[in-house]
Amino acid sequence: MPTVFEPTKGLTGVEFHYCPGCTHGVIHRLVAEVLEEMEELGNSIGVAPVGCAVLAYKYFNCDMHEAAHGRAPAMATGVKRVLPDRMVFSYQGDGDLASIGTAEIVHAAGRGENITVIFVNNAIYGMTGGQMAPTTMVGQRTTTSPLGRDPRQVGYPLRISELLATIDGAAFVERVSVHNPANIRKAKKAIRNAFDCQKQRSGFSLVEVLSNCPTNWGMSPLESLDWVKETMIPYYPLGNFRRPEMEESEHA
Amino acid sequence: MEKVLMKGNEAIAQAAIHGGCRYFFGYPITPQNEIPEYMSREMPKAGGVFLQAESEVAAINMVYGAAGAGARVMTSSSSPGIALKQEGISYIVGSEVPCVIVNISRGGPGLGGIQPAQSDYNQSTRGGGNGDYNIIVFAPANIQEAVDLTAEAFEIADFYRNPVMILGDGMIGQMMEPVVFHETPKRELEPKTWATTGTGGKRAPNIINSLHLDPANLEKHNLHLQQKYARMRAEETRYELYQVDDAELVFVAYGTASRIVRNAIIQLRETGVKAGMIRPISVWPFPQAAFDQLGSQVRALMSVELSCGQMVDDVRIAAAGRWPVGFYGRSGGMIPAQHEIVDACRSMLEEVA
Amino acid sequence: MAKARGAVYFETDRCKGCELCTAVCPVDIVVMDRKSINRKGYNPATVTEMDKCIACANCATVCPDLVIRVERVA
Repeated sequence: MPTVFEPTKGLTGVEFHYCPGCTHGVIHRLVAEVLEEMEELGNSIGVAPVGCAVLAYKYFNCDMHEAAHGRAPAMATGVKRVLPDRMVFSYQGDGDLASIGTAEIVHAAGRGENITVIFVNNAIYGMTGGQMAPTTMVGQRTTTSPLGRDPRQVGYPLRISELLATIDGAAFVERVSVHNPANIRKAKKAIRNAFDCQKQRSGFSLVEVLSNCPTNWGMSPLESLDWVKETMIPYYPLGNFRRPEMEESEHA
Repeated sequence: MEKVLMKGNEAIAQAAIHGGCRYFFGYPITPQNEIPEYMSREMPKAGGVFLQAESEVAAINMVYGAAGAGARVMTSSSSPGIALKQEGISYIVGSEVPCVIVNISRGGPGLGGIQPAQSDYNQSTRGGGNGDYNIIVFAPANIQEAVDLTAEAFEIADFYRNPVMILGDGMIGQMMEPVVFHETPKRELEPKTWATTGTGGKRAPNIINSLHLDPANLEKHNLHLQQKYARMRAEETRYELYQVDDAELVFVAYGTASRIVRNAIIQLRETGVKAGMIRPISVWPFPQAAFDQLGSQVRALMSVELSCGQMVDDVRIAAAGRWPVGFYGRSGGMIPAQHEIVDACRSMLEEVA
Repeated sequence: MAKARGAVYFETDRCKGCELCTAVCPVDIVVMDRKSINRKGYNPATVTEMDKCIACANCATVCPDLVIRVERVA
């Protein structure tokens, strides 16, 4: 009888080091499945960030680079300029992309660099033990905002997808979530559309994936997915902000 | 092989293309701007890619990506820009990918000035980034040498899978001299089977990475790197000995400073003062062996630099107490006049008399 | 069309006991096996009444650690 669901060849099978219930594992699977289904695995080069996904180069079953913190879009640019017909992607967290790496992501989009960026937003620095990130919610307690993020001190969370959607070089920008099966399936479709965009050389593509951090949020895995739904999504609305066939008027 | 009158920066850029470089990522900063400008015109004609990055940090990480994909790639900048690239250089060294980095140095510290200086010597030769590592650093004293060294740097970088730096300064970058683009000496090079060109479904993934969380692995990796540096010390050291056979005072000077010292030596000899020079061409590896060739008639050494004194420490190490070591330098972009060096030599010799 | 029926397989030692799969099963058959401990020291997820499985693969879809494989049996 046909298999309904089995592990993808896009992953090496090495067990993830992620905390129990962390949806990095789900997002890795989606990227790997899309590349496998597009038959691009042998043609792909990924760039891992510094952050919880720093070991992603052990998990993706394709050539990988390990970038310096925040520099994955620049590194991916270097790879893509040398190998324009390869599928090049970066996989980055919010500390990596929305903090130290903001210049790199803005200019990769500005150049319309033909790469795909998977941006995992879990509103915190995970690997280093739960510090405040640029995407940390107002009032959210972290190890560096112990009384809760105070906008008068440290401003408001950054909406990266909306920010990048103002850039003409960005051909595809969408925000998705993986807090339940239905959204996971939608997220996979968005990731597929992003890589299709790269395949058709339409320019820069990015998918922002809202994710959880049970350990550093101090919640159970199930509670953390509710928190994504109840607290994050209202502030980070899901949806497409930019796609190639969009009319100019429709842009944010 | 016809002779061409070229500005240093442009000659270095052409030499890179001549050396097989097909990817350049840079950023504007005086006094090296002619390098990216030249590359923006000529690289596409050579079938390569020129890209101006959003910052020197982005540029060196583009170099890192391109090198990991197997390309011959270069970046250039000047002092503060090179400071921004140090982390990237450390990553490039740690993951053993080849590239060439050009520093057309200027006065520091901080924003400093835009005149020529040699105050990046320590940063270049001691490793300006984190961790134990070295990169081969060549210091050309004229445009022909800059061209030859830049072209050959790509062979050497590929050979060792390690960055090579061309350490010039504003003078080398801005002045014009006639140059010839010789046949570049080739080396036996391994194919880049490690490069991330896509597995094609036929091989295991290649990984460009400098992360080794297990300390035992990282130490093993370090020892492997140190073996490479030992080989570089043994095989890549380059220097010139100028009139040292009967010299009583031996200058040590590289790049622009060595040009002035050379003329000062001629003037001193005309007045009966026997001076000579050791001119490091590789400032890393530092030519310690040159000092062992000095005769017993040598009474003193003097390091002459466009800085407050950085190479002088290496001269003291190489001298190993055998001779007193003096220093003369101008900094901030000031260039010493010939007579200043002549006077410094005379007073040093009086001191040690 | 006869209701699809499925079979769920767990690579028990990969499970980290996060329980996400137990919250998405439309027929509520995915539970934590409180009577056994896997190699990692967690109670692994399991299915008690496999005959009720409709092969929707929701459990596998949310699993962050590739523990679950689902097959159609009818």
